[in-house]
Amino acid sequence: MTAANGTGRGPGADAANGTSRRPLLETRDLSVDFGGLHALDRLDFEVHEGEIVSVIGPNGAGKTTLFNAITATVETSAGDILFEGSSLLGLDPNRVTARGIARTFQNVRLFANMTVLENVMVSQHCRTRQHAFGALFYTPSFRREEAEIRERAENVLSFFGSRLVGYRFDQPAFTLSYANRRRLEIARAMATQPKLILLDEPVAGMNPVESAELTGMIGRLRDEWGFAIVVIEHHMDVVREVSDRVVVLDHGTKIADGDFEDVSNDPRVIEAYLGHGATT
Amino acid sequence: MIRRRRARGGAPRTGVDWFLTFLRVAILTVVAVGILAFIAQEIDTDNPFARWANPDATGLTGAQFRGLIISGVAQGSMYGLIALGYSMVYGVLGFINFAHGEVFMVGAMTGMITSNKLADAGLWESNFIGSLVFIVIVSMIVCTLVAVIMERVAYRPLRGSPRLIPLITSIGVSFFIQNASIVLLGPAAKAYPDVPDWVKDKHTFLQIEGSRILVVVVAAVSMGVLWYLVEHTKGGKAMRAVAEDAEIAALMGINVNRTIVKVFAVGGAMAGLAGILWGILFRSVIHSTGFLPGIKAFSAAVVGGIGHLGGAMAGGLSIGVAESVGPLLILEPLGVSGVSQLRDAVAFAVLIGVLLLRPAGIFGERLPAEDRT
Amino acid sequence: MTATVPPATPTSGVPAEPAPAPTRGALDQDWRRLVRMGAVGAVAQIFIALSNMPVRLDERVIVKPVLSLGYLTLLIVPFAAGHRVGHQIKREGVPVHAAGAHEVAGGAACGALAGGGLSLLAVLLANFDLREPLVNWSPMLAELLAFGNETWFAVVVWLVIGTACGAAGGALRLLGPRTRRAVVTMALAVGGAAVLEPLVVDLAEGMRLEALTDRLYARRGGVNWTSGLGLAAASGILAALGRGRLQQARAHIAELEGASRTRTNGLLILATAAVLVILPLFAGKLTNELLANVGLFVLLALGLNIVVGLAGILDLGYVAFFAVGSYSAAVLTAATSPRINPELPWLVALIVVVVITGLVGLFIGAPVIRMRGDYLAIVTLGFGEIIRLIFLSDWLSGWFGGSQGITKIPGAGIFGLTDVAGTDPRRVFYLVLAFCAIAIYVSWRLERSRLGRAWMAVREDETVAEAMGINTVNVKLLAFVVGAVLGSFSGAIFSAKVGSVFPNSFLILVSIVILVVVIFGGMGNIVGVIAGSAVLIGVLGGPKQPGLLAEFSEFKLLIYGALLIWMMLARPEGLIPSVRRSRELHQQEMAQDAWLKGQVEDDNHNDGGSPKAAPAT
Repeated sequence: MTAANGTGRGPGADAANGTSRRPLLETRDLSVDFGGLHALDRLDFEVHEGEIVSVIGPNGAGKTTLFNAITATVETSAGDILFEGSSLLGLDPNRVTARGIARTFQNVRLFANMTVLENVMVSQHCRTRQHAFGALFYTPSFRREEAEIRERAENVLSFFGSRLVGYRFDQPAFTLSYANRRRLEIARAMATQPKLILLDEPVAGMNPVESAELTGMIGRLRDEWGFAIVVIEHHMDVVREVSDRVVVLDHGTKIADGDFEDVSNDPRVIEAYLGHGATT
Repeated sequence: MIRRRRARGGAPRTGVDWFLTFLRVAILTVVAVGILAFIAQEIDTDNPFARWANPDATGLTGAQFRGLIISGVAQGSMYGLIALGYSMVYGVLGFINFAHGEVFMVGAMTGMITSNKLADAGLWESNFIGSLVFIVIVSMIVCTLVAVIMERVAYRPLRGSPRLIPLITSIGVSFFIQNASIVLLGPAAKAYPDVPDWVKDKHTFLQIEGSRILVVVVAAVSMGVLWYLVEHTKGGKAMRAVAEDAEIAALMGINVNRTIVKVFAVGGAMAGLAGILWGILFRSVIHSTGFLPGIKAFSAAVVGGIGHLGGAMAGGLSIGVAESVGPLLILEPLGVSGVSQLRDAVAFAVLIGVLLLRPAGIFGERLPAEDRT
Repeated sequence: MTATVPPATPTSGVPAEPAPAPTRGALDQDWRRLVRMGAVGAVAQIFIALSNMPVRLDERVIVKPVLSLGYLTLLIVPFAAGHRVGHQIKREGVPVHAAGAHEVAGGAACGALAGGGLSLLAVLLANFDLREPLVNWSPMLAELLAFGNETWFAVVVWLVIGTACGAAGGALRLLGPRTRRAVVTMALAVGGAAVLEPLVVDLAEGMRLEALTDRLYARRGGVNWTSGLGLAAASGILAALGRGRLQQARAHIAELEGASRTRTNGLLILATAAVLVILPLFAGKLTNELLANVGLFVLLALGLNIVVGLAGILDLGYVAFFAVGSYSAAVLTAATSPRINPELPWLVALIVVVVITGLVGLFIGAPVIRMRGDYLAIVTLGFGEIIRLIFLSDWLSGWFGGSQGITKIPGAGIFGLTDVAGTDPRRVFYLVLAFCAIAIYVSWRLERSRLGRAWMAVREDETVAEAMGINTVNVKLLAFVVGAVLGSFSGAIFSAKVGSVFPNSFLILVSIVILVVVIFGGMGNIVGVIAGSAVLIGVLGGPKQPGLLAEFSEFKLLIYGALLIWMMLARPEGLIPSVRRSRELHQQEMAQDAWLKGQVEDDNHNDGGSPKAAPAT
């Protein structure tokens, strides 16, 4: 099932051909400057509903900066970011998440001392409403919502098979193995009930078996949960496996955009990776 | 990863943003109106604007104003010296050494004890400058020791723990030193011996008390020496390297522990010097002497931009002048009565105002690597 | 630092198996470490002696006629040093030695050095006069050190006492865990009986059991040595018999789940509440006053606990809310308030007070909430001081009375039923108790709600919390406001209890003391915070309120400072830690432990449904 993803089927591929449909996420002329360095330089980038896009590029190409710009953790210096047709500029990170974009971090950042279940429960914050009043008076609606939060959390965690369920629920996150931390981070992103998930090197540091398994899960995330997904990844086999479309960044600009085969044969991409002169 | 959120695009978005904008505007308005009213009074106490602001306003004479500025500068340079310790420690370890103010108090106490002993021996009057140098040296040595022991006992074991832990510990250290002073030396205020007339009296030169000139000169000289040490010696370079990134510095063969001890030692020595300056300015010391100057000096470090030597001095001067001039320049013209009681409140308000308007301080902060990310 | 590592024992390969632990020779000491500890002990001894503690506390007798609190302060250091010096750092691969003559000898040597500090001091006292800077450099101290004899006697006797105490400290390591527990329990029982003397006597009077206390305590204070022995024996036997069971019961309760857990907890809470309601009926005025003071600090500590313990915001200006609560209650209820005096009934005023304090909390919170944690600490401290200065200033003295404060504040009338004022501390205590119950309930409910989880997330990692959709500013602000409101309760009760408010009741000192209480008890843990207040405020006393050891009032702040440092260095999670907070503080160690216990699983081998699936692929 996951193998079929590479062939470019799915709604994303259609949308990429016919430009009639509005993309889910779109950046226009997006620039981010750090001092004199253009981390992103007038980048146009788009993601359609139900699409899995890989962002690749050499180190320092601006991949993580793109994620940070979308989730409002860095200042943008020019351009616009549109999500479902309206701008994300000027929103605080938490509002961006509330609009439906969730992310994971390159260096896994869990709430290490909270339990596995709490990690997932707390990330439903922006989807739930109960406040101090309900908690203090233990109102029926408070109890209902708590039960829902818990149920949803368990549901999300069960996506990863038996790894994060059962006795694991009540273990603090820092006791988890590296691969499980990565999984928990994805679970946490899923629990915010996003439309778009940004995965920053999801298989980094995993062994081949774990990596292959997670690759399959990325496909299932789209097919079963309906998320659009952007993946930053260095492992080309993973990229080939999951992507509907591949975007190559170098020095903050887009140098190629298309399906994996086209992109991997693009001379500019080869040059970016292997250096000038490699194509000749 | 950069921590700051994206450009605000001008418009505040949340309730808190609105409130902060309101506060910023309010602070600036109060300052501006106060200064305008002050100017109006200086022109003529009977003009309508001044009357509206404060019907009882009298304005200040030129001499009064100059006196305020000068006492502000003298105190400010003392704050600057203390601020160096806060700034350097924050620059290197990334935590506020709350107990640094107490090191300053220990310096003032040491000076008091030593100078009284000298006065008993008759040396204080006969050779004032020599005695002064002597008490400065003694106080610097004692304060260096106190600061180094403090680092060794209370802070070194905590290196690498969550950042609020050493801060809380330093509150404990501060509390301990203050109360140790009470139980050992008694709770009463203690006086310095009388200083020679040329220190007490106003000089023809600008009509300034000698003590103030002395304080400013001493502060400036030691500041210069310190600057040279940090910028141009091997030890100073090591300090800057550790401040930049302790891990990398260690990999480059710098003994991080020893460098941190040096930072505490230098900060302690400066605080000891400042303690003597306090003694000369106020000639009285009590166990709580370190608290307010300590907080103000920390504010000075923040105002100047923490981790920045020149900034600490500039911040010290700004805080000193602000607290000395501010009440009469801004609050009095606005009709606030009993303004001199609000000096300390003004000093805190400067800190809060700077953090609201320009959180990185005047010269920008230099922080350890982990705090920048 | 310099642990005795035996010269290159090859420890490679198999981890050391439980070798037959050899003892070390009596003279085979790590002398550098020993001398260092002895020197530290000597300095501590001299410091304690010069701080006047021994002279001041000499009047408080622990065991009649053997031991006074004053001498106890001098005995404890050599004892602790002697015990500590035998401590072995347990490392993987380094063999642990069994305790033996080595420990006793080392302890004795170390204790002798520490005691030698006092010998030195005695000589100095006899020959020099340093009374000028050191106020306690007095003949009284010399006399106390020499037990009324010549100087040479002091020199010898302190060496001997130091050696003995140090040896005893070292010998403590020889005892098996069970005996040691019994010994510690005995010491605690006698010490506790002596410390709690005023309380016990007072209660016994209320219950008409004077006969008992007359037997236990000497007429002019202190436990009778005969009864002391009896008490020690009884507690020792009890400890030897019962300790295991107590622990079992605790473990049993901890294991319970679901409904039975809730029921047990409910029963425990009910029992505690019943004791707290009934106890004051038998207690006299002093005890009730003490209980009321402790209660006020419990209330303050619970409020600060929400801010510091749950949301991780270090608020050093917490006293500001206490002050605002007190002052606004005073202005609203007192007829003597200078500008406005609506003379509202206390309960009505309380509602207004809550609103006002909440607004002040917002006003102070909003500018600081985005700052870095440590800046926030200093700025809140600044606000705390500004608020006091404003109440003190002439500028607003027309409103708040300046340094004169507001006096003649009426007591708190509760629905016209009773009037709670300082003259009847029992009613004050009941009022405080009711509000503590509210505060406990609020903390407990909020911690287990969506909001509580958000606080935890913010405390863990603010950037990520924001990226996960939490509005960190609002959430933190709310913690600030909830803390402020709880603090204002305390303030409102305080003004009704004392009947007057002055700016000097609200020094930054109060903030620090509350912080010490919270940290000592255990940040983030309700039970811990309550226990912390009870122990510290009850025994040592609050900033201005005396505790059971009223003689300590001069030294309590010193002790608070030392305690804060020691807690942070040795036990940052506090007396009764919250599970989560201690995880946070010992994360690395716990992760390692978990690793060693095999809890950190290797994914390939623990693949849920299909074990050993890896080779198939």
